[in-house]
Amino acid sequence: MRRFAVIAAGLAAVAVAGCSSSGSGSSPSGASSSPSAASTGTITVFAAASLMGTFTQLGTQFEAAHPGDTVKFSFGPSSGLSTQITSGAPADVFASAAPANMNTVVSAGDAANPQDFAKNTMEVATPPNNPGKVDSVTDLAKKSVKVALCQPQVPCGVVAAEVFKNASIKVKPVTLQPDVKSVLTQVETGNVDAGMVYVTDVMAAGAKVKGVSIPASDNASTLYPIATISDSKHKSIAQAFVAYVLSPAGQQVLTAAGFQKP
Amino acid sequence: MVPVSAPSHLTARERARRAARGGASRSVPAPLLVPALIAVGFLVLPLVGLLIRAPWSHMGAALSGSDATQALILSLWTASASTAISLVIGVPLAWVLARSSFPGQRLLRALVTLPLVLPPVVGGVALLLAFGRTGFLGQYLDSWFGLTIPFTPLAVVMAETFVAMPFLIITVEGALRSADQGFEEAAATLGAKRMTVFRRVTLPLVAPSLGAGGVLCWARALGEFGATITFAGSFPGQTETMPIAVYYALETDPDAAIALSLVLLVVSIAVLISLRDHWLRGGSAA
Repeated sequence: MRRFAVIAAGLAAVAVAGCSSSGSGSSPSGASSSPSAASTGTITVFAAASLMGTFTQLGTQFEAAHPGDTVKFSFGPSSGLSTQITSGAPADVFASAAPANMNTVVSAGDAANPQDFAKNTMEVATPPNNPGKVDSVTDLAKKSVKVALCQPQVPCGVVAAEVFKNASIKVKPVTLQPDVKSVLTQVETGNVDAGMVYVTDVMAAGAKVKGVSIPASDNASTLYPIATISDSKHKSIAQAFVAYVLSPAGQQVLTAAGFQKP
Repeated sequence: MVPVSAPSHLTARERARRAARGGASRSVPAPLLVPALIAVGFLVLPLVGLLIRAPWSHMGAALSGSDATQALILSLWTASASTAISLVIGVPLAWVLARSSFPGQRLLRALVTLPLVLPPVVGGVALLLAFGRTGFLGQYLDSWFGLTIPFTPLAVVMAETFVAMPFLIITVEGALRSADQGFEEAAATLGAKRMTVFRRVTLPLVAPSLGAGGVLCWARALGEFGATITFAGSFPGQTETMPIAVYYALETDPDAAIALSLVLLVVSIAVLISLRDHWLRGGSAA
């Protein structure tokens, strides 16, 4: 009987520990702050691949400003992320690289009132030695130039198609990549001569790629909307994160990375 | 390696199995029955989900709306090509592993069967680093012959072969090890040259395993995703195989994704039926 009591107590302790750790996220500091406020926790932000650098930084800054809160990210193509959210993926915030993918989530009833927080334009990225001798976007139409694009349903693929339409050229890519970062990787590894990526991606890649800018008359842009997800279990933290992205501090990080104001 | 019993003995054991199975079915203990039923549900229910959600009424439209046909054709011929390559170079390797002995043989076997356990994406990265345009071999192919492998159907075949060939090798090696070498010795005694023995005695002896290994290899190649998308990229008609088409279709047109999945399911069932002599009856796998 006594042995049973010990085991039961042990199980209860484990159960309590399990509850408290899942409630306050993985950071031990979360447990020490007042549990009654129930304001600390972990949120998961689904963000477009092109936001990888800036949002990782914003997450760190947000965590510093909100002790006890943890922000986790899932980066990917906006089209894929929106499908995941409408299929019930546990997201708290969605930051899309195009209004169309946000609209999918909104019309499914999974989010409401998205706000535009940034704008991005396209640039041609080539390997540093520019093996395909790409000097302008029209060079991408040459048969000898191996081009990587995003899948046509991914925002970076949609915007690239607009650019080609504006420039009146037809481009036959060798590969259609799942998201903009994988296009950049193909350029960085030198497996293609050029890739259509965002201005911000070229800037983030630094010396690993060479940027060939697109004339404003041909270039196209995409707006980035952000919204909290209706089913979020940490609505207040999710809203605080969205507010942080829209705040001057958040906008500064985005502008420094090459994003434009919406 | 599973030892292959002599045919007569196998039949006896088979008969015993069936008798045992029939006799035990009335008294499966609950501690075994419950988890077994959970296992069945876990394996079968997802497929039921596929069948329930299938766009039966507009199947044709769902399939024709995507690049299904060219993806299927690409998948079928690349999987067949990689199986053919595996047969041509994998069977001799299986023979070397089974019949000869040399220092480092165990290490060699471990190395060539590594892709069995290696995540396919890692295989794709490795292929890219070796045969990509800036890879340690690929850079010479590019600068000497102007040959770029990534993003071509050849890259698809290479990725599939890399992942699938070990299945054929271990199947055939196991069969070779357990096959009766008496016939080969007899043929040699009667004056047959070693290649003649291989062609006329060894291969017919392991023919069933050759078939099973080939089908297994083909099925694995058909389903290849990770290594292919990493090394070969994705472009409709060029490198977008069925699994990749399913993956992307799910983002834009779920009905098409389900329809494509059903096509792959039908192909898989066909594979299973062709393997039924080896697997469904149980007993010796090799």
